[in-house]
Amino acid sequence: AASPSSFAQKRLSGKSRAFHASRSASEDPLSPPSQRSRAHDTSTELQPMPTSPAMDTAAQDVSLFSSPMAPEVDVSSPLMYGTPSSRVEGTPRSGIRGTPARQRADLGSVRKAPQVDMHSEPVSESCCHSPIFVLFLQRFLQQFTDPNSREEENAGLDLNEPLYMQKLDEISVVGEPVLNVNCSHIQTFDADLYRQLICYPQEVIPTFDMAVNELFFDRLPDSVLEHQIQVRPYSALKTRNMRALNPEDIDQLITISGMVIRTSQLIPEMQEAFFRCQVCAFNTRVEVDRGRIAEPAVCRNCNTTHSMALVHNRSAFSDKQMIKLQESPEDMPAGQTPHTTVVYAHNDLVDKVQPGDRINITGIYRAAPMRLNPRQSQVKSVYKTHIDVIHFRKTDEKRLHGLDEDGEQKLFTKERVAMLKELAAKPDVYERLSSALAPSIYEHEDIKKGILLQLFGGTRKDFTQTGRGNFRAEINILLCGDPGTSKSQLLQYVYNLVPRGQYTSGKGSSAVGLTAYVMKDPETRQLVLQTGALVLSDNGICCIDEFDKMSDNTRSVLHEVMEQQTLSIAKAGIICQLNARTSVLAAANPVESQWNPKKTTIENIQLPHTLLSRFDLIFLMLDPQDEAYDRRLAHHLVSLYYQSEEQIEEEYLDMAVLKDYIAFARTSVHPRLSEEASQALIEAYVDMRKIGSGRGMVSAYPRQLESLIRLAEAHAKVRFSSKVESIDVEEAKRLHREALKQSATDPRTGFVDISILTTGMSATARKRKEEVAQALKKLIQSKGKTPAMKYQQLFDDLRGQSEAAITKDMFDEALRALADEDYLTVTGKTVRLL
Amino acid sequence: MPTVHDWINNPLAVVDGLFAQSNSSPDWEKKVVEYFKEKLKLNDAHTWVPSLNDVPLYYLKPNSLVKFRCMVQDMFDPEFFMGVYETNDLTSNSKQVKCGKYRDITVGGQVDFNSRNTVTSERQTFYCVPIPGESQWAKESYAGTSQARVVPSTSYVPNRHKRSYEEDDEMDTQPQQMKDVSQGTQSSAESHGNTEPKRQETEAPSHDSSSAHCTSSLDLNFPLPGEKGPACLVKVYEDWDSFKLNDMLEVFGILSADPALRVIADEREASLLLDPTEVTETVEEQRVHSPPASLVPRLHMLYAQPLVHNNPLLPSSAPENDGDHLSSVLGELASVRAELHTYLTHVLMGDSLAAEYLILHLISNVYSRRDVLPLGKFTLNLSGCPHSSPYTEHLYKAIQQLVPSSYRLCMSLHNMNNQRMVPRKDYTANRLVSGTLQLANNTSLFLDETQLEQGQLDATGVRNITALGNLISWQKVDYDFNYHQMEFPCNINVLITSEGRSLLPSDSQVHLRPTLNPPNLEEYLSAVQVAQIPSQLNKYRIYLSVARALNYTISDEITKAVEEDFVEMRKDDPQSMSAEDLHRLLVVARLLSLSHGQNTLSRDGWMKAKQLEALRISRTQQQKSVSGNEP
Repeated sequence: AASPSSFAQKRLSGKSRAFHASRSASEDPLSPPSQRSRAHDTSTELQPMPTSPAMDTAAQDVSLFSSPMAPEVDVSSPLMYGTPSSRVEGTPRSGIRGTPARQRADLGSVRKAPQVDMHSEPVSESCCHSPIFVLFLQRFLQQFTDPNSREEENAGLDLNEPLYMQKLDEISVVGEPVLNVNCSHIQTFDADLYRQLICYPQEVIPTFDMAVNELFFDRLPDSVLEHQIQVRPYSALKTRNMRALNPEDIDQLITISGMVIRTSQLIPEMQEAFFRCQVCAFNTRVEVDRGRIAEPAVCRNCNTTHSMALVHNRSAFSDKQMIKLQESPEDMPAGQTPHTTVVYAHNDLVDKVQPGDRINITGIYRAAPMRLNPRQSQVKSVYKTHIDVIHFRKTDEKRLHGLDEDGEQKLFTKERVAMLKELAAKPDVYERLSSALAPSIYEHEDIKKGILLQLFGGTRKDFTQTGRGNFRAEINILLCGDPGTSKSQLLQYVYNLVPRGQYTSGKGSSAVGLTAYVMKDPETRQLVLQTGALVLSDNGICCIDEFDKMSDNTRSVLHEVMEQQTLSIAKAGIICQLNARTSVLAAANPVESQWNPKKTTIENIQLPHTLLSRFDLIFLMLDPQDEAYDRRLAHHLVSLYYQSEEQIEEEYLDMAVLKDYIAFARTSVHPRLSEEASQALIEAYVDMRKIGSGRGMVSAYPRQLESLIRLAEAHAKVRFSSKVESIDVEEAKRLHREALKQSATDPRTGFVDISILTTGMSATARKRKEEVAQALKKLIQSKGKTPAMKYQQLFDDLRGQSEAAITKDMFDEALRALADEDYLTVTGKTVRLL
Repeated sequence: MPTVHDWINNPLAVVDGLFAQSNSSPDWEKKVVEYFKEKLKLNDAHTWVPSLNDVPLYYLKPNSLVKFRCMVQDMFDPEFFMGVYETNDLTSNSKQVKCGKYRDITVGGQVDFNSRNTVTSERQTFYCVPIPGESQWAKESYAGTSQARVVPSTSYVPNRHKRSYEEDDEMDTQPQQMKDVSQGTQSSAESHGNTEPKRQETEAPSHDSSSAHCTSSLDLNFPLPGEKGPACLVKVYEDWDSFKLNDMLEVFGILSADPALRVIADEREASLLLDPTEVTETVEEQRVHSPPASLVPRLHMLYAQPLVHNNPLLPSSAPENDGDHLSSVLGELASVRAELHTYLTHVLMGDSLAAEYLILHLISNVYSRRDVLPLGKFTLNLSGCPHSSPYTEHLYKAIQQLVPSSYRLCMSLHNMNNQRMVPRKDYTANRLVSGTLQLANNTSLFLDETQLEQGQLDATGVRNITALGNLISWQKVDYDFNYHQMEFPCNINVLITSEGRSLLPSDSQVHLRPTLNPPNLEEYLSAVQVAQIPSQLNKYRIYLSVARALNYTISDEITKAVEEDFVEMRKDDPQSMSAEDLHRLLVVARLLSLSHGQNTLSRDGWMKAKQLEALRISRTQQQKSVSGNEP
């Protein structure tokens, strides 16, 4: 609500603009609460709908409970005066009973001369307000249907019935007297009408208001509304970038997108000044014209000159707020700084948006010459421009509400969509796309394919009802490998490719930087939640370089994010759960400077296995050492250094195409598993379990099955297919196997052992550990009754006894195992038996 | 002369003339631009135009043609202005259609806002600063080529620069207000009336130009601390989309420093108090977007030439247009290179290998980008520099003498924790607050890590180090826009001097191994520098700029050979040659060839590059074994 009651408390004068008598009474801050509710009751239930003009009702209301504050209730009491019909332009004809019109500050005053005249053909008002025109608009409302509507607001409406009539019914139920009209609907209905709306919004919109109200009260004569319905057109097809605004758009209806960077405090703008004569107490009202008040010099009643004084709290004000809008970063050409525009919001649109919101606004573009100084002839030859907003639409609103749809409302032209579909129809689209990914990085085909699938993501499923919560659709990938194998470069590339990507380095980020922190806003002194990289990359990809260098504390944050896709915060009294549906692409270096092929993945990168098991795919980026590879690599690199730009472009798919392809697939393709695919997945899973069980190891967990499903879905998305088919499952299996082969192979046995990733230790290693412990125990027992032994001595003895090489680590582990059995304790360099 | 130079002294007359001829057909705008372009093309006509860079503002006549060598620091929002407007002359009661282009303020008569003849046009404002870190020699040399006659004008010498700008404001507004009161609306009759009171307070201007640049409390938003020179609001009328942030430009435009600009702003500020609904700009925004014209003059752009380099010794146009010059340079290139190498060897205390690498570094240039990978950068880490000795400072001075723009960043803890390196958007003032890393292309950034001591880096420090790391690895700076970051690619040569290996990434590390051990380091180094006569230095400067701009190709045959070689090297010892090493080797080969003036890679060049790398690597390894615990 734009003006909560606190506003009313603060600004009595602001409310003096009575909308509806009963309402003004009920909102009168001075009437006690009980009375207030009674007032409400009287007007809605006890009394029949007032059919007399507003003034009568007001008088009646006042007589019902004489205001405690005003003993001299005169005609000009704040409770009394309805809207003088003269004040409102385009006040609908009578018949719209009782419901007062509310001044549309967003449209400005029609009576004002055009401030900057750009047009040679002004619409004559008479034509615009002619009954025929009104009827024409009503026909639009009565007849327009949009069977193919995909807009969210139309959810629950019968798409084959006239759309706006249903919306009018909705208004009568909800009681919010605002009708949002999609300009593209008007355009499909009548192009000429649309043109008029775009070019002369100031004239057409009030007429539209009139048409709507007439229609509404004809249809639902018994409805009670706070004020008359206001029409708010949106999505003028002139939707564009802020950068494209030019002088031709002045005084036209435009829609632009951008990000709110600053909002001002509420500015009460005087609409009507109230003067009282100091001599005879004669009252008069003067309308504000272009920000000026013509102070009456002479009292009309007693003819005294300069006796009129302004009475502030009897004047009428409207709410106004200045909003600064900045171009969205996506719309900007490279190498330029973003533009900003001033936007004014009026009345109930005040405080609808906050800094940081991404919004689409529809409004009228205005330009006014710099304020003239009457004493000076020279004028700065620059105009001030702003937009009077008529309609806001938050583009990221859906994201906040956690709905399934992607926040990106990227619009593609028909040609572009056709082009993308054509590309998708090609049999090798998967290969094409993966080779277009980071072309400067050589080979690593499977890794690129994995990342490609990550970019597309799985299908989001909601199991909240069954208590499972959201089923993660995002694919997480970990790259580990030797330093200098262009891992960072790959991360950088991905970060640059996706619209909502974040790039952090494990070294430089703290838990706070990743999650969110609470900050005191310097202006409002309010606590504000500032979101970190993980929250910012909601619906995107968070690239984390040097994952291994991250502190444990920071890493622990990732546990929740990577499985539950949420982030819980309890800081400075703010407790909340934020969505962080982000895919994680991380890169880790081995602990030793080089990857040790004799060790397992866990041993090499020293990351907790609880975290590792949350990655769908773990790839090793190693330096393959074979001649043919070297040759190809050399060729690739050399050509990188001398090929001209044109050659490069011919060879690969454009990065822009790739971007659009991904965006399109993410928003419009939601594949579901087909019967055949589910069977294939089941088989695959069972097979994976079987492999291990033969050797007493488990090689797959349900998490792996989930990974397979996600990968298969993503692959179906790549094909723009709404069904997951067996080829998708095949590729998912292959990729998953490849990744496992690389990361979960037990270096001692050469078998793939998933337990390396899930428990941090391969089954053979665990067996081996037990063997060593047993051997040690035997050794100690063989020594007889020595309560204490030297550590080094025992180690050497064990080494001498065992056939296999025993490292110090293994020895320590064995000691620890025995200590756990309460067989011995280790204190410093001595081992004591218990 | 004055008749010939009318287009310089009074360009607005030319504009008005062409506008009057046009009979309101819109192509007069093109004609104006063409006219000035033609004029400037005439042999060395552009040298007659006084430059804001070397002439103090108060010597320049307002509304005359000036030029400004600058970098685009910030781009403001586009503004709409009265391209054509009509005035009512109260005295004669006649109407006149006038052109508002290239002007800040309307001229003469009361403007009729409802006139049908009004044409609203759009223009863009850039905030331009002198090229950051421009070397003294480059400045002097540019100033030396100028043939502009700037005599203190007799008609207009507002001697206001000796006072700080607050006083200035008062002086500006007071007479103005007094006049307004006394003359009332009559002042509308005289168009230039408000300059009159100024003439009376004219004094002889001081000839000491350095005192003219008074320190003021107004933050001119220079990227580097301690910079001097005027900042300028450049109004662009055509193709503003073709300009990018941090572009180097030479702007030819009409200077507008009308004090009335500020007066209007002041009065508006006063009126704002009365009418809060008119607040669209905060006070901070006001200060930034309409600073006093005496400090930040407006320049209405007629024509701008993008500068590929800011080396005054080379023609400013692209090198291929100037074959003669190029061939003459290439002719003696070999000898100049040898001399430069000797010189740098002396500067580097007898280390010829380091000198070789320094040359390669100085001519490196990001010539292309493959997706995120910048190609051609060559960040050099000179390790083995003595800690906290004046050596690095002298080294920087030597480099400063060679390159047109450079900056030495002492990486002391204090600097790292306190300096603002990454530009940041200030939404209150609606401007991009500059940072040390907002530099023009081909600036040499000298990072002095020997100044770094142990201690705690705070959040700013970590961010700064990350920013430097990004700059080196990806040649980009992520500007901070509070709600999001924006990536700006750059092309900056980074040289790091450090004791051990630098904590920042680098493409190549050379450990300094002095062979000379002069008893008095400072004396020795200054002697080395003094020994270079200016003409010699100029040769080096030309050499470096030319070598950097040369084209380069690799033939198929050599490609094959390189591939073979790589496979061969990998066979012997796969560890010794990774893909990254090949990357580096290719860059070294490229730069080595270019430094010898060859624009294609030869087999010989490849071998030389390999040898050079082998030498460097063996030295680094020796160093490792000496110091032992080097990573």
